[in-house]
Amino acid sequence: MTNDAKSVSSTYEAGLKGATEAVAEFHEDTGALKKLQHWLHQTPSAVPLIVLIVALVIFGFLSENFFKATTLSTILQQIAIVGILGCAQSLVILTAGIDLSVGAIAVFSSVLMGQATFRYGVPAELAIAIGLALGTAMGAVNGVLIAKLKLPPFIVTLGTWQILLASNFIFSRNETIRSSDISAQAPALQLWGGSIQPGGVKILYAVFLMIALVAVMAYVLRHTAWGRHVYATGDDPQAAELAGVPTQKVLIQVYALAGLFCAIAGWVMIGRFGSVSPTASTGQLGNIQSITAVVIGGISLFGGRGSIVGMFFGALIVGVFEMGLRLVGTDPQWTFFLIGALIIFAVAVDQWIRKVSG
Amino acid sequence: MEPILKARGLYKRYGKVTALNNCDFELYPGEILAVIGDNGAGKSTLIKAISGAVQPDEGHIWLEGNEIAFKTPIEARAAGIETVYQTLAMSPALSIADNMFMGRELRKPGIMGSVFRKLDRARMEAFARQKLNDLGLMTIQNINQAVETLSGGQRQGVAVARAAAFGSKVVILDEPTAALGVKESRRVLELIRDVRSRGIPIILISHNMPHVFEVADRIHIHRLGSRLCVIKPQDYSMSDAVAFMTGAKLPEGVTEAA
Repeated sequence: MTNDAKSVSSTYEAGLKGATEAVAEFHEDTGALKKLQHWLHQTPSAVPLIVLIVALVIFGFLSENFFKATTLSTILQQIAIVGILGCAQSLVILTAGIDLSVGAIAVFSSVLMGQATFRYGVPAELAIAIGLALGTAMGAVNGVLIAKLKLPPFIVTLGTWQILLASNFIFSRNETIRSSDISAQAPALQLWGGSIQPGGVKILYAVFLMIALVAVMAYVLRHTAWGRHVYATGDDPQAAELAGVPTQKVLIQVYALAGLFCAIAGWVMIGRFGSVSPTASTGQLGNIQSITAVVIGGISLFGGRGSIVGMFFGALIVGVFEMGLRLVGTDPQWTFFLIGALIIFAVAVDQWIRKVSG
Repeated sequence: MEPILKARGLYKRYGKVTALNNCDFELYPGEILAVIGDNGAGKSTLIKAISGAVQPDEGHIWLEGNEIAFKTPIEARAAGIETVYQTLAMSPALSIADNMFMGRELRKPGIMGSVFRKLDRARMEAFARQKLNDLGLMTIQNINQAVETLSGGQRQGVAVARAAAFGSKVVILDEPTAALGVKESRRVLELIRDVRSRGIPIILISHNMPHVFEVADRIHIHRLGSRLCVIKPQDYSMSDAVAFMTGAKLPEGVTEAA
């Protein structure tokens, strides 16, 4: 009876005789557009880099003051906080989440550092450590709500954004701590406002910190198992889970680390603005600015694609547009107009790159 | 001979549905055991109970004589039971090498690995390339290309290669040829035999009777949540097997309990 099976198999597979032996060959696409699509698929930060270079060239032509060292260092200085918040946002968006509470965590952490020093007399260094720890804890709360209770990240962070911002106002009693008091009594809080001035060009420590954080996270995401797990979790959580990735743990770690980056941004804010202010605009705008940098930087809002270096380019593009258009002397509203157009362009490119397999 | 994997009296209920009803199971070293059954007979629940994706309400499972109770597929994997799911469980945007080593990455030796946690890409890529070569799948040119740029057959090949490479005790294949063309199915069947020839037993879940009868050493027929019988493909015809699993006919010496 065994012939039964064999005969059926051999009947319908007899047609294979003379067919090519190769199975599922990979055909290299030869069209230039297809090649470009494949290249962008593997190099997600290329699009923002190209946009950045084009913007630099155009503004260089339009304004002779643009390519001055002071202009460029001012751009870097102005994106320092958004760049650090962008590190937090990049991590979260890579997991297909979103964090609307980044600005609130940053402001609340800076207020906690300031008030711990000035209201409770804690040494500044310890106050900073407390602020960083509490910022991490706020992020971890987001993570637990999202990973364990399976609540949508948009809703969770929409809630914690309001909660943290309100707590920030209540706790601080709307008091601003003056810059002169901080520099007299707790200079450590203003550490990142310090600068080096090679040849009279002022470069804030905050700029070096931002670049260092981007570099470290680029390494972690690309070259460690944890980084690969972040991508896998955002790409397809069920598949990642079955393949052995502890996705819940990864999510909680990602949101907690995002909280830490936000608290670092809060510390940098003190150095950058001098004072500690619970009404700093970062609380309301930090999330939108960081999401803008991430999206223009080519990180997919659907998770699992993009690179943190792209986010850095995205933040630079925003900074270059703001500075360039100001130098050219146009109505500042054009900045927002162009940024808006860039966001839509970036998402359209992302959708096109995703179709690479189709 | 002692079975490498044995289950006795498994029960699993989902509300009013009994997916596993006093189910027994044995897998012997070095064999290909096919599991067939009608839709809803409880085959996938049985397989999930073995691979740790589902915890049975009652009953016992032994691997090489030691009782096991996996809470997650990761625990089963650590014990040497590797599963290729129908969904393949791969991250489309990541590379072939990344996917093969997902959850068990290799790190560089020395301080780069221990302190800086740096992945050993060269070693992982060489291994992945070797395994795909074994499978005859090296028409895939670039081990770093994203899985989503592969065809369905290539993806299946990568998933099977992953299981074959890491499954040290048991490899479970859930409908490995369902999405494949004739040529690609043939390659997968050859691969299944390759894996067996290395001494690793295989559980093959399939609806494809010609494939089952061609490669299986024994066939476990599942019906109404438990094992109806185990037959050898030499002793019965495909139509007999279909009759058993649909209840049209009973094998000799078996009375239907349900």
